[in-house]
Amino acid sequence: MNKTIRGKVFVLGDDIDTDQIIPAQHLVYSLEKPDEKRMYGRYALSGVPEAQSGLPKGGVPFTPDHAYESEYGVIVAGKNFGCGSSREHAPFALQVAGCKAVIAPTYARIFYRNAVDGGFLVPYESFSDVSKEFRTGDEVEIDTELNLVANITTGVSFPLRPLGDVADIVEAGGIFAYARKHNMF
Amino acid sequence: MGMTLTEKILAKASGKRHVDPGANVWVNVDILLTHDVCGPPTIGIFKKEFGADAKVWDKNKLVIIPDHYIFTSDVYANRNIDILRRFAAEQDLPHYYDVGTDRYKGVCHAAMPEEGFTRPGDVLFGTDSHTCTAGAFGQFATGIGNTDAAFILGTGKLWVKVPETMKFVFEGEIPPWIMAKDLILQIIGDIGVDGASYRAMEFAGDGVMNLDMEGRMTLTNMVIEAGGKNGVIEPDRTTFDYVRARTDYAFEPQYNDPDAKYHSSRVYKMKDMQPMVAKPHSPDNKATVTEVRGTKLTRAYIGSCTGGKLSDFVAAARILKGHHVGVDTYIVPATTLIRNQLRTEAIDGQTLWSIFEDAGCKIGEASCAACLGGPADTFGRLNGEEICISTTNRNFPGRMGSKKSAVFLASPYTVAASAIHGVITDPRDHIGVTV
Repeated sequence: MNKTIRGKVFVLGDDIDTDQIIPAQHLVYSLEKPDEKRMYGRYALSGVPEAQSGLPKGGVPFTPDHAYESEYGVIVAGKNFGCGSSREHAPFALQVAGCKAVIAPTYARIFYRNAVDGGFLVPYESFSDVSKEFRTGDEVEIDTELNLVANITTGVSFPLRPLGDVADIVEAGGIFAYARKHNMF
Repeated sequence: MGMTLTEKILAKASGKRHVDPGANVWVNVDILLTHDVCGPPTIGIFKKEFGADAKVWDKNKLVIIPDHYIFTSDVYANRNIDILRRFAAEQDLPHYYDVGTDRYKGVCHAAMPEEGFTRPGDVLFGTDSHTCTAGAFGQFATGIGNTDAAFILGTGKLWVKVPETMKFVFEGEIPPWIMAKDLILQIIGDIGVDGASYRAMEFAGDGVMNLDMEGRMTLTNMVIEAGGKNGVIEPDRTTFDYVRARTDYAFEPQYNDPDAKYHSSRVYKMKDMQPMVAKPHSPDNKATVTEVRGTKLTRAYIGSCTGGKLSDFVAAARILKGHHVGVDTYIVPATTLIRNQLRTEAIDGQTLWSIFEDAGCKIGEASCAACLGGPADTFGRLNGEEICISTTNRNFPGRMGSKKSAVFLASPYTVAASAIHGVITDPRDHIGVTV
């Protein structure tokens, strides 16, 4: 994993469920074929109600119309991010759009596990809900060694919980890479 | 220190005498379940990681039940069924239930018990969050993603963190016109959509043990809506009778130790339970039906793994018999068997099918259908600003289709009564009983 993850931030509220992350009608595309795979980037977070998309102002699409990638590399959200279904297409869609990390105080467990085991993005836990401390478009930098996120735009930093048990899987890049490294098969 | 039922199953599956909550253990998997949405990507990862000619770890332990996007003209969705079909042929899988054949089942969580795959004491993983339904049978059952499923396909193992257990006890007899759906909506409303995150939810007490298997499945089905990892109910005579009638496969039931340690315990008196709804747009946005009585609706929907079982349709038919619906009402049986039973089960000599037809309901094919929206041509999908009352499990924004729609979750009794009047209606008011 890189020492830092830097990018523009996209801010969301509480309980962003997997239907908002990638609406069910889009789950038909291949995750391997490049011309289909890019559709996951196009529709990532397209299920979020307009007023809640890109806080605090809202009305900001994560991926612009007709584009396949987002300009936002980091998501900061409220509690219980990724609740709902077990669709791995959710962290996958965020990755395809260009998202490298999410910061939220808590996650739904299947989303968290999928993000880690699939090596799609790093799900950081903040100690409290810091989503109000960021505005969509702010430049942020995550220090992955010090477990800190800095809002470069405002100059304020917040600590993140260490990855703990899953750090080795994140570091390896997913459960398969991890298992091979440990000669599990 | 004793262990809970969930801890006992995970200890057995990991070959340990004892496990504590919080421990990460590698378990041997008894059954892996997948379907048409998550099966194809799982197969893709399996082939990439284990090789194009790799064989699954145990073809008798893999169950593939296409159920999500079946009756659609969406070419990608149909292509995904072809991928499953090819994989089943190539791996010679005995438990593949193909679309367009008389083996076609419908919603996997309702079909798994029918086929005897929900066995007490076993470990079931599935690429669907409502896999937790099978906990009603005293099985450890939880949802996973494609990568984890592909890992199991190749190795038969997966790591799992042992969850703490929250206990929910119901005392007394369930009152008339109250269903298991009302109980679980009450719980989710009380603890929130993340109230059980990373934990097991166990349902107990005479009020639960007096429910039939379908009622118990409604409870465990929706633990994921509280963030729970798995839901579980101790197996008893009701469980064994159901399972033994469907499989002669050996299993080893597990039970709570008398000195098991719980995260928490809540006790509910059945006599206090009310018909409940979850208001838009979250399963924990609870209200009693009394509080929202009269809310105008444009649609009613009875279906899904949560509310599309035979007993759900019997309940709906008890209310709908002799009446006509006031809003578009969709009937979607969870499985082919249940759909056939609509034509054989009768109330006072009239079949459920005929009751629904006479009431003006639209009856669909067995599948997940509009519970999760799906392709634009999905039966019952909310394509605009509908206000729907539904027996399904989620009402997050856009869950049943359009972001502009709004969904109330309720029991089959409440949905049926509301369908007749076109406004949210307490089934007891409709029947005219005094409460």
